[in-house]
Amino acid sequence: MSMTVILGAWIAVFLTFGIFSYLYKDNPFYKTAEHLFVGISAGYWASIFFWTQIQPNLFGRLWPSSEFSAESLWYKIYNGLSFLSTSVFPPGGIDKGHDMHLSYLIPFALGIMMLLSLIPKLNWFARWGIAYTVGMAAGLRAYGYLNSNVLGQIKGTAASFTDPNMPFFSLTSVSTFNSLVILVGTITGLLYFYFSKEHKGVLGKASKVGIYFLMISFGASFGFAVMGRISLLIGRFVDLIKYSAGDYNNATLWVLMIMLIILGYDAFKSRKTPPVNEEAV
Amino acid sequence: MKDKQFWIVLSGLIVAFLIFWFAGQPMFNEDRVVMFITIVAISATLLYNIRMAKRGETFYLRPIPGLKAIEEAVGRSTEMGKPVLYVPGIMDMDQVETVAGVIVLGHVARMTARYETSLNVPVSRSIVMKAAREVCRESYMMEGRPDMFNDDMVHYLTDDQFAYAAGVNGIMIREKPAACLYMGKFYAESLILAETGNSIGAIQIAGTASQAQIPFFVTACDYTLIGEEFFAASAYLSQKPELIGGIRGQDMVKVAVISVIILATLLRFIYETWGVGFDAIKLLTVQ
Repeated sequence: MSMTVILGAWIAVFLTFGIFSYLYKDNPFYKTAEHLFVGISAGYWASIFFWTQIQPNLFGRLWPSSEFSAESLWYKIYNGLSFLSTSVFPPGGIDKGHDMHLSYLIPFALGIMMLLSLIPKLNWFARWGIAYTVGMAAGLRAYGYLNSNVLGQIKGTAASFTDPNMPFFSLTSVSTFNSLVILVGTITGLLYFYFSKEHKGVLGKASKVGIYFLMISFGASFGFAVMGRISLLIGRFVDLIKYSAGDYNNATLWVLMIMLIILGYDAFKSRKTPPVNEEAV
Repeated sequence: MKDKQFWIVLSGLIVAFLIFWFAGQPMFNEDRVVMFITIVAISATLLYNIRMAKRGETFYLRPIPGLKAIEEAVGRSTEMGKPVLYVPGIMDMDQVETVAGVIVLGHVARMTARYETSLNVPVSRSIVMKAAREVCRESYMMEGRPDMFNDDMVHYLTDDQFAYAAGVNGIMIREKPAACLYMGKFYAESLILAETGNSIGAIQIAGTASQAQIPFFVTACDYTLIGEEFFAASAYLSQKPELIGGIRGQDMVKVAVISVIILATLLRFIYETWGVGFDAIKLLTVQ
């Protein structure tokens, strides 16, 4: 087994135990793992966004290689940019299979405006980008939400009660009982979210039924998610067991032992040192 | 019929649409007429109620304990001399929950400015960071305390979901905030954050419409704003008539939806049993 694979296993084991050590208390192992995780992921995502979105989808549509012409002013600007970086702006245009779309100058300009927030006097330009993002998303999603969350919900709730082949009760398939539960649950659940009237009388009782439906569904969802988390934990343990083998120089055992000794020593030392009374200070 | 101007304009638009319809409805997609009617009806209901609220009509709003607790939480932080931690979720500004979370942040920032309590807002998206900074700056200025605002109170950690959770956890166990507010769109990190907040003894209030995460917040937080309660938070906290009118309008839409559900079920039953009427489900299907 190559040295890099073994080193990778040791790092994975150290970081896993470093994060687990948080269960004891905040300690240098957890701090190291946390700061590495946050720092590396921030850099990683910045790089991913640039190379999967900005370079191919933005620059690739503004200066595609398919329409390259050394004579045009547009590509002369591009050639000027090539001096900055030939990997971002390769000679002859960007070949990502796109045609030229000058409408992409709008997101390009909005991106530049976001960057202008670095200059305090031009800080306000960034609001345009935020306004565009929020406004665009509101308009774009309104139609989808109305279709799926309003009309789709009405269609799904207005179930059929006349199908002769449908059983009255079934846990696994469509049944009259299930359709009734969905009908009552949806209506009472909606009534729970009625804000402009006091929940008293019939409305109060109906909304109480609604909150029971909501809590039962939350309970089921909680159990389902916990099962998923347990499987993730098992996956981590499987890796730790794998790395405890001699092929990886018993990485799991060594790292665990060293961490336990250091944390144990720290616990012993802090037990001897009396805690500082913050309030007295 | 209190708002005559509204009804005159609405009637005019309906007449104009009927003329357009009987003239052969050029450039109109007939398959989506149900969606068109739905959008017009919802928009008209919301506009009517907003106008009524602006004209001075008062609407009752039932109390939501989680919203009342926000001010208590900020007050508790002030008494303890500890910061307030506000987490606006892990998604971008194109998610309605994030937008709602940033709006609620504005109200929380006003409270922290009023009580002179420090506020810490770690974010996971650059645009959210910019929007949250703007909102906080405005809140501190409105409370007459621009000196208390600094850009670093809203700071970026990382885009990665679990790295962000690890970073926020680190902040929690080192700064030990007295109040943790989680308002926005969350995924699997919700329980990690809420459990850590619980372990440090902070008062915790969560608000989200992420169905799969509400159970975790309900379990680990002191108060949870479920779905619509979270979206109504801004109206409750600001008490602005136009926002309260919007809440009233949404309530009327909910009553209309319940009525349509009952009507569609009855129509479907009659159609399938006796063949009378029409297929309501087919009518509601948008191509």
